[in-house]
Amino acid sequence: MGLFKSKFNIDFFKYRLVATIFSGCLILASIFMIATKGINWGLDFTGGTLVQVSYSEEANINEIRDLLASSGYEKVVVQNFGTSRDIIIRLAPDKNPDAGKEADKIGNEILVLLQESSSTKVELQRTEFVGSSVGDELTQQGGLAILVALIFILIYVSLRFEWKFALGSVAALAHDVLITIGFFALIQMEFDLTVLAAVLAVIGYSLNDTIVVFDRIRENFLRLRKQEPVEVINLSINQTLARTIMTSFTTLEVLIALFILGGASIHGFATALLTGVIVGTYSSIYVASNVTLALGVSKEDLMPPEIEKEGADQEAFI
Amino acid sequence: MFSNQPQMRPINTYPRWAYFMLAIFFSLAVLYALPNYYGEDFAVQITGEKGAPVSQQTFDEVVGFLNDKQLVIKKSSLEEGTAIIRVNTSEEQLNIRDEINNYLTAKDQRFVVAPNFVPAMPDWLKNIGGQSLKLGLDLRGGIHFLMEVDMKTAIGNREKQYIDDIKTQLREKRVFYASIDSVPNLGILAKFRTEELRDEAEVLIRSNSSSTGLQTRTRETENFYEIVITITQTKLIEIKDYAIKQNIATLRNRINELGVAEPVIQQQGSDRILVQLPGIQDSTRAKEILGKTAILQFRLVDESAGMNASRAPIGSELIEEDGRGFWAVKNAVIVDGSHLTDASVGYDERGMPQINVVLDGEGGGKMLAVTNKNVGRPMAIVLIESRGIYKQVDGKSVLVDTEIIKKVVSAPNINSPLGSRFRITGRFLPTEARDLALVLRSGSLIAPIYIVEERTVGPSLGQQNIDMGKTSIMAGFIAVLLFMLVFYRVFGLVANLALVSNLIFIIMIMSLVPGATLTLPGIAGILLTVGMAVDANVLIFERIKEELKEGVNPAQAIHNGYDKAFSTIADANVTTLIAALVLFGVGTGPVAGFAVTLFIGILTSMFTAIVGSRAIINLIYGGKSIKKISI
Repeated sequence: MGLFKSKFNIDFFKYRLVATIFSGCLILASIFMIATKGINWGLDFTGGTLVQVSYSEEANINEIRDLLASSGYEKVVVQNFGTSRDIIIRLAPDKNPDAGKEADKIGNEILVLLQESSSTKVELQRTEFVGSSVGDELTQQGGLAILVALIFILIYVSLRFEWKFALGSVAALAHDVLITIGFFALIQMEFDLTVLAAVLAVIGYSLNDTIVVFDRIRENFLRLRKQEPVEVINLSINQTLARTIMTSFTTLEVLIALFILGGASIHGFATALLTGVIVGTYSSIYVASNVTLALGVSKEDLMPPEIEKEGADQEAFI
Repeated sequence: MFSNQPQMRPINTYPRWAYFMLAIFFSLAVLYALPNYYGEDFAVQITGEKGAPVSQQTFDEVVGFLNDKQLVIKKSSLEEGTAIIRVNTSEEQLNIRDEINNYLTAKDQRFVVAPNFVPAMPDWLKNIGGQSLKLGLDLRGGIHFLMEVDMKTAIGNREKQYIDDIKTQLREKRVFYASIDSVPNLGILAKFRTEELRDEAEVLIRSNSSSTGLQTRTRETENFYEIVITITQTKLIEIKDYAIKQNIATLRNRINELGVAEPVIQQQGSDRILVQLPGIQDSTRAKEILGKTAILQFRLVDESAGMNASRAPIGSELIEEDGRGFWAVKNAVIVDGSHLTDASVGYDERGMPQINVVLDGEGGGKMLAVTNKNVGRPMAIVLIESRGIYKQVDGKSVLVDTEIIKKVVSAPNINSPLGSRFRITGRFLPTEARDLALVLRSGSLIAPIYIVEERTVGPSLGQQNIDMGKTSIMAGFIAVLLFMLVFYRVFGLVANLALVSNLIFIIMIMSLVPGATLTLPGIAGILLTVGMAVDANVLIFERIKEELKEGVNPAQAIHNGYDKAFSTIADANVTTLIAALVLFGVGTGPVAGFAVTLFIGILTSMFTAIVGSRAIINLIYGGKSIKKISI
């Protein structure tokens, strides 16, 4: 058990500048990606129509594209989905409000068209139609959800710790969310509702990590009164490092299982969480602590009024 | 909890009752998670139309019929008015569904016969309230619609009725107006030539009972004296609420025709309706039936043919009233449903149920003109609905045509001339009166609805999602178990036991909580909590290791490890709970499913990882002096 038993003694803050530059570059790159390439918003947010079918033999994408074009569906995206027999067809929403009321019929029309023109069996997997008004609402709600979650977390951490810690943790979260979304812009993977859910789960996870480190920092500040804040924070990170790695590892294990075995419809979700967990682990070590330190945290911030830890007076059974 | 007692009890022990409680909790969790082990049976479910119960007699007849045809049935039962016929395969399920449908239709009995899945658990489990997981549409297959009620039209129609009413009223009192029109972004604008006429009109409008919900103000322009009439905010809310309730009632009626076992029809937000139809794939057919409009008509009865007429006199047709025989109904329509504003149940002086009908101005005028001359004669309320006709093609039901069904809902006598507001009395039971009011209302949709979101998941994709979900949970789970065992040995084994019981707790709670459905992201949520659940144990174990390194004796190290890690675990989990709550508040469908599993998973994992693992550790190491622990 050599790996985790040896006590870590890494001077994390030697690489402080490198880490800051690294994070800065990642954030700039993410913003650049989001601004230039843009996010490949899924149907949930843009509105439109989606048809997913399964052929009994390998499907010819070009033929399908031509067939649809000759039937008047010109702005369609035809792609394989998971396997070469599964086909997914996307149509942008019709912005014309009058036509919008008939738009829900397009999915069925395409399905019938594909079934009639194919000599082999074409099985319906799913169809989706989202009106553009619903899409706009979801986009607003999604942004709002992330914002509300961040605000509540800011409040909670301020109450349990101190505002410098709260800002540090929220900075780390914003860092993680931004980079995850930036990564989605880079690989142009579809950003749908389940990916949004994953991003919110990333917030939960990354914060979990950060809080564990902060908790130890608080404890050490109260215990080691002679030492400098940098030393205290560095020691705390080292002490929790084994746990940080262990938990990240088990979480990554299940996410990889999900990514490989969960099927194409869960790929976006798994990808967002994989990115988020990796970035989140890094940010709880560097970003959160760095920001807190930069804000000038000191042991005086933590002295009053809570000297006794919650739970210390509770014995054993919860 | 035990802060005063630690010295009295040996270190690392729980009192006996605590072990006892934990054993009971765990047994209950296993017991109520057990129904999921048995899976589900293919079944055909029969319910009466509009939720009426299926009688024992009908049930016996259907079972007898199936036995005569020598069709294989696994089990049949009649539970709370719902007949459930269990079969072994999905082919048998569809076949028996069609057979029963044909049999009941041939007997001219209307029931909803739908394929369904019912839990296959043994009776004793069912008797103690066992339930299996409820699967979301993405796992079960089915159609999800989000429909929006066109509120502009609803309000526009109501405005038109107000204008009709006001015009009629002013004409009756000989208050001459220049024009009364609906003006966009303003309301109703009434123009008058003189100030006297205008003021007189305003008093009239304000005093009239049919104008409740209106507010007026006056203004002068170059040529006219005007009244600006607007609908009050309270009334607007009432109109919207009415429009949505009416649409929900209508949809519910029509969904019965689709043969869906457990449809969901609920209001979402102020102007949307969520419809979920599990097990249905043909969205064209679903939309056709949901989109159909029933037509309501008031028509006179041709009495020359008498009740139970066998031939219709010229200018009339024979229409049946359920259970009462045929009426000869005149072809001329007095008023149709488009003029109906409201229909509600009330009670007369003797406490008998009656239906209060409100027509708009124009409809009221026509009604008055006809009924004035026909007091004492019966007037038929005719409902015209369309219904799909299905034929057997390749063993499947295929919609081949729609048939128009006309029926007389009721044909009461006209007691006195009727106007805009009248009541229909008869020998109604209160439930009949309620249904009739509903039918009257649904026959006259005041606002159209259109589909703003639609999702169809085919049955094979649903099954595929279930299979993939199961495989990935198993794979991820086993990977974590192995990892923990290798790194923490005996303690790892304990953490693994906690993890397994965590999974059992999650399944139990998800099965028992009403409204908690398992979706594909929900499965991902379970998996994520599995990954994160070990975090609490890792925190504790790492603490114990640190204590050991500082030279604390093993028993004290265990004690301190659990003790010191607790507040960290609590803090870390509360923040994830916040994220889950926000997600639940904002998300719908699959995303809400993810939030629910995440939320439940965090709570159960805290319990099993802290209390559960401690109990086992205590049993192994507690209450004695130990030299070495395997961590």
